[in-house]
Amino acid sequence: MSNIPSELKYTKSHEWISDNENGTVTVGITDHAQELLGDLVFVEQPEVGKELEAEEACAVVESVKAASDIYAPLAGEVVEVNEKLEDEPELINSDPYGEGWLFKMKLADPDSLESLLSADDYAAEADQ
Amino acid sequence: MSQRTALYDKHLEANGKIVDFAGWEMPINYGSQIEEHHQVRNDAGMFDVSHMVVVDLEGPRVREFLQHLLANDVAKLKEPGKALYSCMLNEAGGVIDDLITYFITDDFFRMVVNAATRDKDLAWIKQHAADFDVVVTERPELAMIAVQGPNAREKAMQALTEGQARQATELTPFKGGFIGPYFIARTGYTGEDGFEIMISNDEVAAFWDQLLSAGVKPCGLGARDTLRLEAGMNLYGTDMDETTSPLESGLGWTLAMVPEDRNFIGRQALEEKKRAGNLKKFVGLVLETRGVLRGHQKVVTDDGQEGEITSGTFSPTLQKSIAMARVPATIGDHCHVEIRGKLLPARVVKMPFVRHGKSLID
Repeated sequence: MSNIPSELKYTKSHEWISDNENGTVTVGITDHAQELLGDLVFVEQPEVGKELEAEEACAVVESVKAASDIYAPLAGEVVEVNEKLEDEPELINSDPYGEGWLFKMKLADPDSLESLLSADDYAAEADQ
Repeated sequence: MSQRTALYDKHLEANGKIVDFAGWEMPINYGSQIEEHHQVRNDAGMFDVSHMVVVDLEGPRVREFLQHLLANDVAKLKEPGKALYSCMLNEAGGVIDDLITYFITDDFFRMVVNAATRDKDLAWIKQHAADFDVVVTERPELAMIAVQGPNAREKAMQALTEGQARQATELTPFKGGFIGPYFIARTGYTGEDGFEIMISNDEVAAFWDQLLSAGVKPCGLGARDTLRLEAGMNLYGTDMDETTSPLESGLGWTLAMVPEDRNFIGRQALEEKKRAGNLKKFVGLVLETRGVLRGHQKVVTDDGQEGEITSGTFSPTLQKSIAMARVPATIGDHCHVEIRGKLLPARVVKMPFVRHGKSLID
């Protein structure tokens, strides 16, 4: 089974969300997702400053196999994107929870974090 | 119903990620598709291609039969062992399949066709073979491994006996022969040198292990696809099918229109298409920005006409996205491709993109 850190939050669409405890969160894709996609070769990031709605398709990751949409886990504003991925999309494969993070967003409602899946819930989802 | 090749357990041992391919449980990769791609470009990799269909054709009139069945002309095969790539067409000039035919003896040819088209191919071949008293025998007891890469032949020969290796050394490109328990041919689908080796299902696992010991690494169908695309080799069902003719699929070079009295199936339709003109062109594209070209994306020429990408990918060798596309003949050196609503610039190039490890695109 793939790696699912217990301190993170998750979505059914295989994004992970880390609470930066300053009103912002960091978003990436899970180890399970990168494994399903295979070698990543291209990332299309959202624009910094863009207001996203929850579950809005906001980024695209492409592997040698296929293109996949990334969904905003919650409503908020994009405050930073991981520019390293432009030249090194493979960081998502090698370090999905670290250097392979996608973007940071300022949440419209900090309490909305509670609505996301826990590691256990996600493990159960990913298992299906 | 899903089938497994005789190497299925070997794929699991090598951590192969198994997917369905034309009804077969095949490895898409063994970890990293890109590493496997580079392994073939730089050293030696092996692919299980046992799902492909080996068909033996026997009878005194087998050559005459193949001259009727195939759009390329087996008259070109003069030396025993020589192989020919050809399309098999329907009466309308559409491609039923693309295949390789080996000339073994005057009354024995061997053919390798695609797994996905097995049933319709066999039905078509048998239907026409009857008129020539040719006996058609499928050889499902044979497995096949493609060993490909600049060091592929040398490493594969380490898995052979000295005598067998000596015979294998003598194989020139596009030639095959029976060597010991193997049928070894110097052919492939990657743009690199190498062998495609047939051996019985009973013996193939041991041979796979010997190749592993010789330093040949397992590579999956994923790498096979990026390698063949870089090499400018068509994939049946994607780049051409029964609704497209070889004339519009970059396969004109495989059509033997001379001698003019060779009446192969589909000839008349091809001649009519040529007379009618206005044929689409089949070209290579290189994306000039970041992004990934994919099959079915829309191509827009500078004069506003539209074409379509038939297959596209990210090229690990070139570190750029490349594609094959069927486009209006008026296309110039540049065009645009629509990706997620945006028109991105692409260069129109002659294929192949990569040959023997070297980029042919400046």
